[in-house]
Amino acid sequence: MDDFIAARSQMALSLGFHIIFSCVGMVMPFFMAIAHCKYLKTGDKIYKGLTKAWSKGIAILFATGAVSGTMLSFELGQLWPKFMEHAGSIFGMPFSLEGTAFFVEAIALGFFLYGWGKLNPWFHWFTGLLVGISGLASGILVLAANAWMNSPAGFDFVNGEYLNVNPVKAMFNDAWFSQALHMIIAAFIATGFAVAGVHAFMILKGKNLVFHTKAFKIAAISASIAALIQPLSGDISAKDVSKRQPEKLAAMEAHFHTEKNADFILGGIVNENEHKVDYAIKIPGLLSFLSHGDFNAPVKGILDFPEQDRPPVAIVHYAFQIMIMLGVALMIISILYLLAIVKKKSWLSKKWLIKLFVMAAPLGYIALEAGWVVTEVGRQPWIIYKIMRTSEAVTPMPGIAYTFYLFTLIFMSLSLIVIFLLYRQIKMVPYLYDETDPKFIHKPTNK
Amino acid sequence: MFDLYVVIFFLWTAIALYLLLGGADFGVGIAELFSNKKNQERIHKIMYREMGPVWEANHMWLIIVIVILFVGFPQIYSTLSTYLHIPLLIMLLGIIARGTAFTFRHYDAVIDNWHKVYNKIFIYSSFITPFFLGIIAAATVSGTINTEATEFSTAYIWSWLTPFGIALGVFTSCICGYLACSYTISQIENEEEKKYIGKKVKIFLISVILSGGLVFACAGYQNLPLIRWIYGGVVGWAAVLFATLSAIGAFYCIYKNKYSAIRILAGFQVIMILLAVTYGHYPDLVLLKQGSLSLLSGENEPKTIKMLAWALILGSIFILPGVFHLIYSFQKKR
Repeated sequence: MDDFIAARSQMALSLGFHIIFSCVGMVMPFFMAIAHCKYLKTGDKIYKGLTKAWSKGIAILFATGAVSGTMLSFELGQLWPKFMEHAGSIFGMPFSLEGTAFFVEAIALGFFLYGWGKLNPWFHWFTGLLVGISGLASGILVLAANAWMNSPAGFDFVNGEYLNVNPVKAMFNDAWFSQALHMIIAAFIATGFAVAGVHAFMILKGKNLVFHTKAFKIAAISASIAALIQPLSGDISAKDVSKRQPEKLAAMEAHFHTEKNADFILGGIVNENEHKVDYAIKIPGLLSFLSHGDFNAPVKGILDFPEQDRPPVAIVHYAFQIMIMLGVALMIISILYLLAIVKKKSWLSKKWLIKLFVMAAPLGYIALEAGWVVTEVGRQPWIIYKIMRTSEAVTPMPGIAYTFYLFTLIFMSLSLIVIFLLYRQIKMVPYLYDETDPKFIHKPTNK
Repeated sequence: MFDLYVVIFFLWTAIALYLLLGGADFGVGIAELFSNKKNQERIHKIMYREMGPVWEANHMWLIIVIVILFVGFPQIYSTLSTYLHIPLLIMLLGIIARGTAFTFRHYDAVIDNWHKVYNKIFIYSSFITPFFLGIIAAATVSGTINTEATEFSTAYIWSWLTPFGIALGVFTSCICGYLACSYTISQIENEEEKKYIGKKVKIFLISVILSGGLVFACAGYQNLPLIRWIYGGVVGWAAVLFATLSAIGAFYCIYKNKYSAIRILAGFQVIMILLAVTYGHYPDLVLLKQGSLSLLSGENEPKTIKMLAWALILGSIFILPGVFHLIYSFQKKR
């Protein structure tokens, strides 16, 4: 394997892995805070057990996210030293703030996990909420850094030198808002559907029904609301990308030739030799409308960009299609569920609805990862858009293929262990978390 | 210029805190490693009680160090991460293995043979990580990083694999074990547990002194001016003097069976050692085969340094009270 490809693969793998855990850290504390709040208000022991069960899940996933995040802060330099040498002082600002946010998150989690019966109940509740708030803040800050790579700002690039650096302008670059908004909503969808799916599965199996139904409801409602808002933020993102990175938009839609009234292409197989997409569903004019708000506006095709500046079309297109289709699927499930809650109460006990949620469990995360493929691969061949090429940034050390294999092995085993641990947590619900279950073990300690 | 000094101050403080707090965490595993099966379980229980709540926070200091480096001193960061790629990688693997094993062994809802696996991973990675931290620290001041090397082994292996590095790795691990034992002992109320950990404190303190000697010997062998750095100025002398006094004080505490002051003595001793070794070559942070990388090179972006200084001051206002409150409230209310 070529060292450059290996470095990119390793980075993609590490980011793709880390994203899952950081999303959980951003979202699950809020679910937990809802359950905890209900317990404090009603005294319902089931909510207490649910809060504890979720907090254990968060602890496991947070630790995995913390170590993979630590690793990323080193990998940036190990794999892309030239990039960090120039970019570090420009886009590093959000990272230093993120350090604070992450620290607050870790401290708050420490308070929360060990605070049962030791802290004032509402202060204890607040430390749990704080885990989510600071997690959200770190997410936004990291996105600001990533957005800078798509939309470099806060410096002048003169004769290969980076002058007049202004880290604040770099942080609040043009892509920052749309990326942060889209990703945070995506985190709620992905985590919400994953959590809802797990509890839905337990409901189907008929285990601890009251417990899992309460858990399911919190996650499913949050996920459904997020899934309904997401198209709006997607629209903001699409318009933003078409303005700032027209090559990326063209690749997303496998839009080869510049034309007015451009079709929106759904699915299909990209034929890069003949510059067309076979077997696709085409919606006339929609691409022009989505990117410029006008059905007749011209959309620049990928062939009109210099060949050395084009992102790979097929991968970006497929990833984009996966994201959109899964997003629509989740939106339909959300509409059905919200309809069930508001109007058709009888649906709530129906198996098909619960089964839909079980099937939807991984979809949010698949869509989220696909979305990141669009962002990152769509930015290629640039590491800093139109400033530095990814190939110029890579480490001179040979043999990166081996570290890539090693990381693959580690991430695979870590994933397996995490899944195994979560499975055991769920299996232990009747003994450890559901006090109404006759099998529940009453323990004097709060550990 | 003032901003830059603020940033340098935080860099040093974050390194010191990582050594003190993160180091103590690694020390738990090291103390388990060097004890027999029966006592492993005991150490594990005692120390977890003390360290559990602060675990996540202790390791954030490393991230702060890295962030300060790549935001404030990107040249240094990129040089180190290129030429020390391999030891950094091993240290990272250690961090991953240890962090996850620690969490897994406490949050696994079922207790069975899997815990033996987590324990093994935890113990060995607790030793490997600080060992490689020591190797990396040694590599930054050994002048072995050769930025003109073309051959793989010269550029990426002999840059860090030296007798001095290995000695410093051992020394760092010993320090971690010493810190872990002396932190916990002042908390223990059970007399028998106290006696057992007291023995450990003594053994680790002796090993710190012996491996310290080894560090000097290896530095001499490689013609490193370690002695000149340390004894070249008043600060170095004073730091070494205080470190020695703390060690003597610690021995006295062990002899008298009075452990309440030992954690302060141990922490102080380690800080003095760090001061002695870092002050000598300040403001150079990294010594290369070709020259050095200085913290005061003037290649920084002034606006970035200013913002970073403010971010650090602001961050510490949020973080430090939280950390201390966390440590304090769980010690008091246990």
